[in-house]
Amino acid sequence: MAPSSGRRLASRTKEEPEERKIVGINKETVTNTVSTDYPDNFIDEDHAWDVDYFRSKFRVEWHENNEHEAQFSLIGLDASIANAFRRILIAEIPTLAIEKVFMNNNTSVIQDEVLAHRLGLIPFTGGKKGIRDWMTYLSKDADGQDLCFDHNTVQLSLSVECTKNKDAKPDETDPTKLYHNAHVYARDIVFQPLGDQEKWFSGDDIIRPVNPDILIAKLRPPQVLDMDLHMHKGIGADHAKFSPVCTASYRLLPTITITKPILGDDAKKFQECFMPGTIKLEKVTRQEARQAGSGYEGHEGENKAVVANAMYDTVSREVLRHDEFQGKVKLGRKRDHFIFSIESSGQWDSDELFLESVKVMKQKVGKLRQLAVTMVTENSI
Amino acid sequence: MPGRTINEATRLEAKTEDVAMADAPTSAQSHAEESHDTAETMREDGEENGSKQGEEEEDEEEQPPAQRIRVLPGSTTTAASYEFLEEGHTLGNALRYIIMKNPDVEFCAYAIPHPSEPKMNVRIQTYDTTTAIDALKKGLQDLEDLCDVVAEEFWTKRNEFAASKADMMSE
Repeated sequence: MAPSSGRRLASRTKEEPEERKIVGINKETVTNTVSTDYPDNFIDEDHAWDVDYFRSKFRVEWHENNEHEAQFSLIGLDASIANAFRRILIAEIPTLAIEKVFMNNNTSVIQDEVLAHRLGLIPFTGGKKGIRDWMTYLSKDADGQDLCFDHNTVQLSLSVECTKNKDAKPDETDPTKLYHNAHVYARDIVFQPLGDQEKWFSGDDIIRPVNPDILIAKLRPPQVLDMDLHMHKGIGADHAKFSPVCTASYRLLPTITITKPILGDDAKKFQECFMPGTIKLEKVTRQEARQAGSGYEGHEGENKAVVANAMYDTVSREVLRHDEFQGKVKLGRKRDHFIFSIESSGQWDSDELFLESVKVMKQKVGKLRQLAVTMVTENSI
Repeated sequence: MPGRTINEATRLEAKTEDVAMADAPTSAQSHAEESHDTAETMREDGEENGSKQGEEEEDEEEQPPAQRIRVLPGSTTTAASYEFLEEGHTLGNALRYIIMKNPDVEFCAYAIPHPSEPKMNVRIQTYDTTTAIDALKKGLQDLEDLCDVVAEEFWTKRNEFAASKADMMSE
């Protein structure tokens, strides 16, 4: 029989001491890397899961929010949770991408399969509501045959013929002037609306490449490209072309603690050990210089190194290589402060993507919770 | 395309017996009737799908979702291993964390026994104040709650950030 736990004192705190949240970074080693905020690990600390406590502690700070790049901090999370969101961002948010290429004619020098692969990797965008809510995954019938409908397939076509430009100067050498359609770009792909697609994807919401200037192929007269393309919904776990992000990553917030004053030329050198903006120089004030035991005595007016913004630090540990800073500085990272950086590939906005990842996580967990319930009833026959 | 490969038997048949043009199959596919059938079911499905386009997603509503969790042999009420199909580190580690946060749980860990099998195992051992399955269900529920809190805070702060940016622009 399992032992029962003798626990739960009413007076126990849920707070984890700040210093325990710091991962120590030494010249060659790291310390305190594992999270320990679990019940029964510390006698007078609770650490049991509590939504309300989590809500009171969890914070988001924004640093940058553009269409194609967002940077923000999630504070008060465990790495396992932050990592789940990151993994979902990369591999489990559905997007549209070219999945089938029907080659009617290809007389270019690029082989069919290479061309098809190139086409698959071009990111497309369009009416977001249509893509997210109306479009569904491709369904198959009992025999495994694809069932293509307007709500699961987007048809595109690419039909280009390279011809001579009769108006070109006789001594012209630039192929783009010498010929028509010498270069085939993503913008040459034409959306062919089917069924109800007109309703969701017209005007500004038309299905189009995110970047119209992606070069697909180079042609010479009389080479021809003629193909129909089918786009389907898919996820990054299946193929990277479906991944909605270029990169989605996080890093822990660096901490720099100056334990003993760093003054004068040393301060300048100290500053140069970090990325610009991390360390600033300030003058030692008269008050500080007067204070006995502060380490500033007799240094009034000299430069001292002060941490301006530790977030800019790359944690290169350069500062630990110099003997003059030995024992004067402590580097670390905050274990529950995740600086996320999400670069969208263009189908979604970067901030929407993170919200989407939380939604995917919630759906996934919700489905499994129901399965866990049905599993119990199945087994208790 | 499999349809283009003529199977050996039909090829030989065609050689030995001359077929009248009208009787010859239009394609190399052996059963013309079957393909007609699929065409019909396709149309039916199309109508079905067409009629419920207004509804939100959930095509699978008709049949219950396939069971993806299984109790592994040797499990007792307070010490059990669960096998999740089609799940990986994404859920495994998050679930492990949140279950470990439960004070009634003595031990929790997850493993992916082999990288080329789509399986993820979770081991839960509890004190006698609860059962392993309850700890699992609580863990999943807690994760759901966590997602709500994260999403809410994230979007509130995002809107505040957008507003502060707009203020800066107008000043």
